[in-house]
Amino acid sequence: MADTPIEPPAVAAGPGPSLGSKVRAAISGWGLWALLALLPVVYGVKDVSQGEGLSRIAQNILEGLSNGSIWALIALGYTLVYGIIELINFAHGDVFMIGSFVAAGIFGTIGLTLTTGPAGLVGGLLIVLIICMVACGSLNVMIEKVGYRPLRNAPKLAPLITAVGFSFILQNVGLLWLGGSPASVPDLIRAQQDVFTIWGVTVQRADLLAIGVTVPLVTGLTLFISKSRLGKAMRATAQDPDAARLMGINVDTTISATFALGGMLAGAAGLIYALYQTTVWYFQGFQAGLIAFTAAVMGGIGNLRGAVLGGLIIGVIQQTSDNRIGPEWTPAIVFAFLILIMVFRPQGLIGEETREAG
Amino acid sequence: MTSVPAAEPTPAARSRRPELPPWFGRAAAITLGILAILMPLFFDPISGFIDDCVIALAYVVMALGLNVVVGFAGLLDLGYVAFFAIGAYTVGWFASGFYSDANIHILVTGNADKLPGIHINFLIILVVAATLCAIAGILIGLPTLRLRGDYIAIVTLAFGEIIHVFAVNGDGIKIFGDRYPLTAGRQGITPVDQVHLPFVEPFNQLNLRPWYWLILGIVFFTLFIVIRMRDSRIGRAWVAIREDEIAAASMGVPLVKTKLFAYAAGAAIGGLSGAFLAAYLNTVNADQFAFTFSIFVLAMVILGGMGSVWGVVLGAVLLSFINNRLIPDVLNGVPGKLNLDFQLADLGFGIFGFLLVIVMILRPEGLLPERRHRIEMHEDIDVQESMYDEERL
Repeated sequence: MADTPIEPPAVAAGPGPSLGSKVRAAISGWGLWALLALLPVVYGVKDVSQGEGLSRIAQNILEGLSNGSIWALIALGYTLVYGIIELINFAHGDVFMIGSFVAAGIFGTIGLTLTTGPAGLVGGLLIVLIICMVACGSLNVMIEKVGYRPLRNAPKLAPLITAVGFSFILQNVGLLWLGGSPASVPDLIRAQQDVFTIWGVTVQRADLLAIGVTVPLVTGLTLFISKSRLGKAMRATAQDPDAARLMGINVDTTISATFALGGMLAGAAGLIYALYQTTVWYFQGFQAGLIAFTAAVMGGIGNLRGAVLGGLIIGVIQQTSDNRIGPEWTPAIVFAFLILIMVFRPQGLIGEETREAG
Repeated sequence: MTSVPAAEPTPAARSRRPELPPWFGRAAAITLGILAILMPLFFDPISGFIDDCVIALAYVVMALGLNVVVGFAGLLDLGYVAFFAIGAYTVGWFASGFYSDANIHILVTGNADKLPGIHINFLIILVVAATLCAIAGILIGLPTLRLRGDYIAIVTLAFGEIIHVFAVNGDGIKIFGDRYPLTAGRQGITPVDQVHLPFVEPFNQLNLRPWYWLILGIVFFTLFIVIRMRDSRIGRAWVAIREDEIAAASMGVPLVKTKLFAYAAGAAIGGLSGAFLAAYLNTVNADQFAFTFSIFVLAMVILGGMGSVWGVVLGAVLLSFINNRLIPDVLNGVPGKLNLDFQLADLGFGIFGFLLVIVMILRPEGLLPERRHRIEMHEDIDVQESMYDEERL
């Protein structure tokens, strides 16, 4: 996979496609799709050849999809922000972490315990969801106001570095909040409980929760971006901030709104994560942020559908690798995919070329 | 005077005040250099202060290396810890009893000559570490050649994390048979060989002076190399691609070669420091190679002033002392005295995050900025129209 030679001369060379650029063109056309399918296909074939059937790999894929829907929610935040100000919001993963912490802290406060009945549980979780979303949305807006807005005229490196700074600050907040080791969250929805089994694939409550929250949110977001007035302003600002300003769009407000949206999705993801994994810790945001960023890049950063697709694909890759290779290697595998995508298809699977990556 | 060796000449040397004679900067640098050499003689050989100085100087080397990549060439590298890891593992592999089945001794004296394992003279180790890191730097640099700006940051970060994962899980990777794991994972490879060099007293934990002089020598060497590179053809080429890649390419600057050279040079310097730190700390532990370290070194470069050699030296010394002395020792009890229920040491990296944000917002060019960089950071204030133009470092 990684052994295709990258020929430096091809970069500097003038017209006339060299062998290197042809290889790269072929790989960026189809190779990446093949590569993404590699892990599930290899292990699926392996299972079949050992006479085990496809149910184990299907289980991996299902869990990957439900896990991936969390990554998709976070990836949307990256992609929204990148689309509008071309900044990798490094602190986004940690905003998600704060979302989990808010959720974990608030369960007890509003009286949600393991004995709460179904109706109370649904109502209570909805309240928690809204609180998480509001908290993370305003946190993200605050970060934008303090850290990124003063630097909008500065060279690109500057806001990226403040983003890293905020990421560290938020991690430290998390560290002081719940301590250095993973804290357990009451298993309110009994996440591991099986709901039904179909073709040997067991669907658990956690899977239903993840998909049940993600799908409406993503649908709502897509509608908001494509139909509402503010969504239209966002798209205009993303396309050309100066022209948008000339047309009477308040660019600052629009950018703030984008950060609010991204933060809200991260907050929702935080709640799902807390219920799904039943543990939270201050470092989860770093890892999740990188995975989600990989997802956003994979789909084509700046592209909403791409982020969701990338999130689901990364979820499957991650789950397969967790289950088959070992969780301690998963980060390396995800990052290897990130690098391969960056090298061969920086514009992503379905994204248009961005200025920066092109 | 005592706390910041070799960093002070900067303001005088760099500022363009007319009353200073032209030789002033050089004279100040030499004076401070001599003071830095003599400094440990005034302290107890095992004092904590010398220990802090040794660590600070090792960080100076790291920061100077990262400055070549980030400051000179403008390639934001968030995976610099990779070179700390590779440099350190060079010591772990080739200067310890880790591979106890192998029996290779090259130019070693004392205890190490009799022990099993691979033992190679520390000076050779330094060369090997620098070479390995330069190769790794080129390999990491290759995929970023077509990318710009923040994408480079992400790819380098990914490489840094991959190397961290390999370091943590390397005890399970056995390429040359069962007795030869890649790393010792979180257990750490310890102990590693003591350094033996002529003319200075034995290197051990009870006498830190030789360690200090060794790292000071490495700092002088690195400073020399870095300053010569900056003022040479390659240095100008780096600045040119930092300022405008397209213009530089059309003026005939070979982008690929120039960028790869920046990666290789920065990595090699990081490898020197990594090898030294491994020998000094007497362990090569996978937990040392976390992302935090990359950010820590980056913060030094940014605080000091990207691209400014003396600024980076100052930034590294300051942050290192803040991290190793000020926060855990001097100020640690302050929140307790204010009836707050935490210790300042718990806020370590939060404070660094805060510093990054504050420096970027208030003084983006750093404490001792490079002239060209300062102009760049401030020119855009009155260029409102170019607000969203593609401005790069």
